Amino acid sequence: MLVTESERMRDELAALARRYGRQRSALLPMLQAVQRRHGRITPTAMQVIADLLGIHPVEVYGVVSFYSFLSAKPQGRFVIRLCRTISCDLAGREQIARQLENDLGIAFGETTADGMFTLQWANCLGMCDQGPALLVNERVFTRLTPEMVHGIIEECRALFGVHATQAAEEHVV
Amino acid sequence: MKVKSAHEGPLTFARMEPEAGLQAALRKSRADVIAEISRSGLKGRGGAGFPTGVKWNLAAAARGERKFVVCNADEGEPGTFKDRVILSDYADLVCEGMTIAGYAIGARQGIIYLRGEYAYLRPHLEGVLAERRRKNLLGSGVLGKEGFQFDIEIRMGAGAYVCGEETALIESLEGHRGEPRNRPPFPVDTGFNRQPTIVNNVETLAWAACILARGAEWFKGFGTEKSAGLKLFSVSGDCQRPGVYEFPLGITIAELLKEVGGEEAKAVQIGGAAGQCVPRSGFQRRIAFEDVATGGSVIVFGPQRDMLHVARNFLEFFCEESCGQCTPCRAGNPKLLEGVELLEQGRCSTAYLRELIGLGETMQLASKCGLGQSSPNAFLSIVEHFRHEIMGRAPQAVRG
Repeated sequence: MLVTESERMRDELAALARRYGRQRSALLPMLQAVQRRHGRITPTAMQVIADLLGIHPVEVYGVVSFYSFLSAKPQGRFVIRLCRTISCDLAGREQIARQLENDLGIAFGETTADGMFTLQWANCLGMCDQGPALLVNERVFTRLTPEMVHGIIEECRALFGVHATQAAEEHVV
Repeated sequence: MKVKSAHEGPLTFARMEPEAGLQAALRKSRADVIAEISRSGLKGRGGAGFPTGVKWNLAAAARGERKFVVCNADEGEPGTFKDRVILSDYADLVCEGMTIAGYAIGARQGIIYLRGEYAYLRPHLEGVLAERRRKNLLGSGVLGKEGFQFDIEIRMGAGAYVCGEETALIESLEGHRGEPRNRPPFPVDTGFNRQPTIVNNVETLAWAACILARGAEWFKGFGTEKSAGLKLFSVSGDCQRPGVYEFPLGITIAELLKEVGGEEAKAVQIGGAAGQCVPRSGFQRRIAFEDVATGGSVIVFGPQRDMLHVARNFLEFFCEESCGQCTPCRAGNPKLLEGVELLEQGRCSTAYLRELIGLGETMQLASKCGLGQSSPNAFLSIVEHFRHEIMGRAPQAVRG
């Protein structure tokens, strides 16, 4: 039998609702799970979640648009978030930013054409004594120098080959 | 990483006997536990400095079917990272403090609200919780105490600075946008799911466990009359030894700078983006609730730094992190940022600068929550102390 994308999403969300309960406080954990698995929260997902929790889809959209770690737009497999707050700024984040843009060929806020990388700014990552710092998904890199950028990107590509993103996903979801 | 203590040797947290605080608490009545915390003079370590004993007392007295203890691990204040260190190295102590708080106010459930940026700490924390359940430090009949049931779950934030504000945090837990609520009612009677809830900073809970273990008198032996006890500081910026330090409250800025190798500093930002910028002339001031208050963030600016660039960075931060709910904060911060741009271009008149200062003061008074009220602080203190540096500058001046 042919299972469409939206039917699969419906089943997946129903399972999440069973896990977190069908009350409003389950909304954020559900959205976080969808974000992790699919790199975005589609309008269909928002509609289904709204139905499951008995709220208006606009409520769901309002929450998605509020939090910087949730996104309605598709994001890359690896979301790189460079800290731009003052201590990392003093430590030289500007140079790291330029090198990231150069090596990925995209500007901040963009995703590479192959869907692998999204480049974003982050506000204070709490690594102020070891800046400049960035997050790649959930992994943190500190004391960055421009020459380290290439290695970090290559490491992601290698990781992707062995499906490490899926493995990392399991403990939280 | 550097973790240094005010006294010789490791941090106080590292020298605590495991579960001594919890055992001592469970031997006391609930009222006596709160009395001990009140007597110690412990105030909130997240920055606001609300007396912990008062908060616990109000929640204990409030009526509700289910009460909650929330550990605020949404450490987002620029320049603050001590909670990350505490959660990495002393998570048991934090859980112990939460369990004590649960006992004191009559809560059965604790929630750690962990910021999304710290997601990599989650497996470690889940491990600590599982181990505590195994040792009967969580669950029903904690340590054999009949009728006392308590467990802790972790909830993740999703990248929003404002959720460090306690009512915004509760909104977020309930599945809403992290927009602060009007207070009153306060969370101690109308908190998570409208139930009595205490929201305490990670460090506050760890100190609560230490106080129960060692006594209020021990804690009061450190610090000043109005700011009792020890405090962890997150030190970053232009100094030789950045890291986490433990000092008694009341330490002068000059003393702290000497410890961290930042004597050359031309200014220090105390309390993060929401705090204030203190120039050299103020280095004899004390870091304490009655003088320069802080949640522990200390950012050192060396002699070469452009203070206008610092002001710009903080304002960009607030423009991004304002929840947009109230006008003074939503509209005020972009206006101040525009003002900084004019100053950068050397095109800001004295009269307009006065307007900007007036706007900043209005934001302090008229914003709804702590974020908005404190957002102009850095700008105002930089304008006040470094006017000679930021006015009439040549447009091509390079950013520091």
